[in-house]
Amino acid sequence: MSANGEGLGRVVTVALGLCLVCSVVVSTAAVLLKPAQQANKTLDLKRNILMAAGLLDTSKSVEEQFEQVETRIVDLDQGRFVDGIDPAAFDQREAAKDPNQSRAIPTDKDVAKLVRREDQALVYLVRTQAGVLDKIILPIRGYGLWSTLYGFMALESDGNTVAGLGFYEHGETPGLGGEVDNPRWKSLWPGKQVYRDDQLSIQVLKGSVPAASDNAKWQVDGLSGATLTTKGVDNLVRYWLGDEGFKPLLDNLRRGEVS
Amino acid sequence: MSMQETLTDPLFKNNPIALQILGICSALAVTTSLRVTVVMCIALTLVTAFSSLFISSIRQFIPSSIRIIVQMTIIASLVIVVDQVLKAVAYDISKQLSVFVGLIITNCIVMGRAEAYAMKNPPIPSFIDGIGNGLGYSFVLLVVATVRELFGTGKLFGLEILPLVTEGGWYQANGLLLLPPSAFFLIGLLIWAIRSINTEQVEEPEFKIAHHDPAEERV
Repeated sequence: MSANGEGLGRVVTVALGLCLVCSVVVSTAAVLLKPAQQANKTLDLKRNILMAAGLLDTSKSVEEQFEQVETRIVDLDQGRFVDGIDPAAFDQREAAKDPNQSRAIPTDKDVAKLVRREDQALVYLVRTQAGVLDKIILPIRGYGLWSTLYGFMALESDGNTVAGLGFYEHGETPGLGGEVDNPRWKSLWPGKQVYRDDQLSIQVLKGSVPAASDNAKWQVDGLSGATLTTKGVDNLVRYWLGDEGFKPLLDNLRRGEVS
Repeated sequence: MSMQETLTDPLFKNNPIALQILGICSALAVTTSLRVTVVMCIALTLVTAFSSLFISSIRQFIPSSIRIIVQMTIIASLVIVVDQVLKAVAYDISKQLSVFVGLIITNCIVMGRAEAYAMKNPPIPSFIDGIGNGLGYSFVLLVVATVRELFGTGKLFGLEILPLVTEGGWYQANGLLLLPPSAFFLIGLLIWAIRSINTEQVEEPEFKIAHHDPAEERV
């Protein structure tokens, strides 16, 4: 530390010089690494979509496997596919924040604590060789204990049977709420039913599903030690599969009005 | 002090967490899994070493009136670079570390070393000092993370060591170890252990408990 030259000029010069150097370093890093980061993000998303549908085969590359997945945009209120928008350019999270592309959710219906819901959402369709719809993968999100959980719910072509569920981004307590990532817990989901006589009936219980329960087909075990995360998952699954979420689309699918 | 002492002293003799009680926040936050902890340790060690190196090399030009801001700017820039690199090469782990990489900026160890050592010493010793302190931090974090992950989830680096009851094994996981307070207990025990061996680290009590004398209280 030098005692001399503490004048204002010196202070300003050092500060400006340092800021210049640092900003060049930081922005260079950000710009150079941006493509790699973007690629990682897309790849991660694709992997999670495949994983939710139970289609991920680790021996093949994610890109290669994702070719069988068709990305569509759906109008949530009408439950119909929208054409004319490039799904690759559509940012659903941005849309949820944009007042022109979203609407406020009435508080009594906002079980997943989202505040706003986008008008249009992405869905991912998997078709068989013959082009018949095999699985539909829906993006879901909602508040848990600490964080918003982002994930995917995959349904079979009947729009009622769960094919899988997975979260790709959350900040729940590792080991407790973080067990939403536990493969054992996730394996409880496939085969469960969402609707019973057209009524939204799927629920995540606190504790385990009683063995003799008549409703076992519509019920999933909660996570032990994570009551609030369990409640959050229950809420968000019910929100996105309900009238506010993808139910109009799923109804249309069942009636064969869209395919 | 020789180079070697600069490097190894912060491990036990002058450990930043155990003796100086700095950097506790991240020690509580990221130690639930070893994989994440290792990355955090590498990130912090690199940031401490390079920030010390850069600050030390321009220490003659830093006006003392703005030195803290200058240090912060250098540290913050390095942390952003580390964060960007992590997002590009280790996306999974950067997702788990989330905000804690960014919080290295406010980690007292980094700034403590900059202010206490790098501002008064040449670049190379400062760099070594940064590595040493980073390793001292890493040592404590790795010990804490090993205990927390092993007994909290029955795993190490995500590999099953103790089969859990919930997965058909025999080990009942201790949920408390996964919550931040458990790291307090573990760090406390570690400090106790280190100070039992290196007794010169034991601090003089600031107060003495007086003999209880009821007669005095009556006055």
